[in-house]
Amino acid sequence: MSEPHSGPLLSLRDLTVEFATRDGTVPVLDRLSIDLDAGATLGLVGESGCGKSMTALAIMGLVPSPPGRFAGGSILFADEDLTRASDAHLRDIRGNSISMIFQEPMTSLNPVYTIGEQIAEVLRRHQDLGRRAAWERAVELLDSVSIPLPGRRAHDYPHQLSGGMRQRVMIAIALACRPRILIADEPTTALDVTVQAQIFDLLQALREETGTAIILITHDMGVVAEMTERVVVMYAGRMVEEGPVRDILSEPHHPYTRGLIASVPHLHAEVSDEPEDLLEIPGIVPSLAEFGQERCLFAPRCPRVSDRCRSEQPLLRGSGGWHKAACWHPEAGPA
Amino acid sequence: MSVLTLLVRRGGNGLALLLAVLVLNFTLIHNAPGDVADTIAGDMGGADAEVMAQIRRDYGLDRPFHEQLLAYVGKLARGDLGYSFFFNQPVTELLLERLPATLLLVLSAQVLAIMLGTVLGVIAARHPNGLLSHGVTIFALLGFSAPVFWTGIMLIILFCSIFPVFPVAGMIDVTVEGGWFVKTLDVLYHLFLPMVTLASIFLALYSRLARASMLDVLGTDYVRTAQAKGLSEFQVVYKHALRNALGPVVTLAGLQFSGIVSGAVLVETVFSWPGLGTLAFQSITARDAPMVLGILFFSSLVVIVANLVTDLVYSLIDPRIRIGHRG
Ligand SMILES: Nc1ncnc2c1ncn2[C@@H]1O[C@H](COP(=O)(O)OP(=O)(O)O)[C@@H](O)[C@H]1O
Ligand code: SF4
Ligand SMILES: [Mg+2]
Repeated sequence: MSEPHSGPLLSLRDLTVEFATRDGTVPVLDRLSIDLDAGATLGLVGESGCGKSMTALAIMGLVPSPPGRFAGGSILFADEDLTRASDAHLRDIRGNSISMIFQEPMTSLNPVYTIGEQIAEVLRRHQDLGRRAAWERAVELLDSVSIPLPGRRAHDYPHQLSGGMRQRVMIAIALACRPRILIADEPTTALDVTVQAQIFDLLQALREETGTAIILITHDMGVVAEMTERVVVMYAGRMVEEGPVRDILSEPHHPYTRGLIASVPHLHAEVSDEPEDLLEIPGIVPSLAEFGQERCLFAPRCPRVSDRCRSEQPLLRGSGGWHKAACWHPEAGPA
Repeated sequence: MSVLTLLVRRGGNGLALLLAVLVLNFTLIHNAPGDVADTIAGDMGGADAEVMAQIRRDYGLDRPFHEQLLAYVGKLARGDLGYSFFFNQPVTELLLERLPATLLLVLSAQVLAIMLGTVLGVIAARHPNGLLSHGVTIFALLGFSAPVFWTGIMLIILFCSIFPVFPVAGMIDVTVEGGWFVKTLDVLYHLFLPMVTLASIFLALYSRLARASMLDVLGTDYVRTAQAKGLSEFQVVYKHALRNALGPVVTLAGLQFSGIVSGAVLVETVFSWPGLGTLAFQSITARDAPMVLGILFFSSLVVIVANLVTDLVYSLIDPRIRIGHRG
């Protein structure tokens, strides 16, 4: 399986996922190209409804169908196109070489099985472990995600654990088979602030220990700043800006990215000397029906909009190195 | 709370309930028009007031209501349900004689309906716009709206007269000779049509319920987690989803078991199945008060026990309501 391959570990190339709606098909992901190197950390940011979760589900081969289907492009994982892989092969990959944790720890675990069983199950599925060995390993994993008294806790049911503890269990399940990629979809959005910090610390520590690559999905630029090396900013199913975290935070090109940064208090203070004036981006993310139109979908909310923006779609253009943005009138200078 | 405390507490409640139901039944039957004296007089081709009064004295029907009630409860406390005027046999003896036939019919129909209904519901839920899914909906509607005696009679016409493959009535064929194995086969042979008839009402309910419940569960986050683990479709559906979807099915099964006698009356009557249902029908027609009371008492006992069992089964399936767990 792990033949040597060249290039990034995971590479989305012009990936397009379409949803069938009442008014025809719309691209919920629109020619998305993202690269992820082995062991790297990538932040995927954007407001709610921009297609971040759909990107994650596409990589997992779990796009709900109907209404969704792959409509173009590829997902290369270790040089193999997952959009063409058989279901059986995808099942061998899921939970094994690519795993995912979800936003809702309260509902992501099955209420009728013990947490020990829910971890052991994935070990039995992908690694040649018997019941006993899998259970022992599950207890070790509970220990490694800092759950106290893991031997006893393994017998607990999800309802006996707090949200933070449940998310730790989800992390244990996701990391059980030492995946090459971990996708964390807003893993702390449902948790309170102190627990959030603990979960991020844990993810950081586990990443250093296991060398797994992480795709962290969030709507919070502040989290990205702390956790990842590179960022992809998504808007309405498209990538609108991409680059190293430091470059993007210090010099965002796309007005949308600027807006996201401006809405995070401490970040704004760090990168600018101006007095804090926090800005919510006016307006809302377009509904799915508007996705895919040949224009800048951010135009109705953009302070720099021109006629061109409303009639022509801006393509990603680089300003040297890795930093790219899709905007007709990119901004220069600090945020 | 341990299982024992639960049993004691629910048992106490059940006893009080049983007593209340008993008093109610007794009052109702006492005030219903006609009594056993009328039946006997009818059988004799008429009797004068003198004879009627004598019969009522013999059976203690002339005493005041509260005395009769107290006497009945007193005997019941000693496990005596009284004597059936009509069948000339102790009520308890008759109940126990007829119970196995009804249990066999109702249990087999329930098991058939639960298993088949759940499987149909699950398959329908996995393809909510498929042919089978619509089929289940239509079938459920038909099964639910068709009166059970009609279904029974149609089956009799179809399988006993047009294609004479099944017996019309009864539970055994006295002419069949052979060992226990042959006799068992004979009973199963007689059981088939009444079982299918009775199951048809339940089947519609169970398949519809299982479909709805399964559709809910298939959309949950933990089912997506199971898929994200790379588990097979079979494991996702039958290990992770089904067990969560079973709750409503178990609840319904509990409710259905409660109606063990009432559900069986019509089917047993149509197929002359020698169970409690036929017994109830006969004793009501004969104004056999002790027999009717005995059957009603037994039915309430079944309801209470069925509810208790449902709770226990429920707690086995779902740890969140497991007795003795916090949370
Ligand atoms: N199962 C679905 N059916 C129809 N539309 C969906 C479904 N899931 C998501 N969408 C739509 O797809 C778009 C992207 O959603 P999502 O990927 O969940 O966004 P994000 O994770 O960035 O908040 C949204 O417009 C959302 O309403
Ligand atoms: S292309 Fe135009 S509308 Fe779109 S973000 Fe850039 S300036 Fe704004
Ligand atoms: Mg999301």
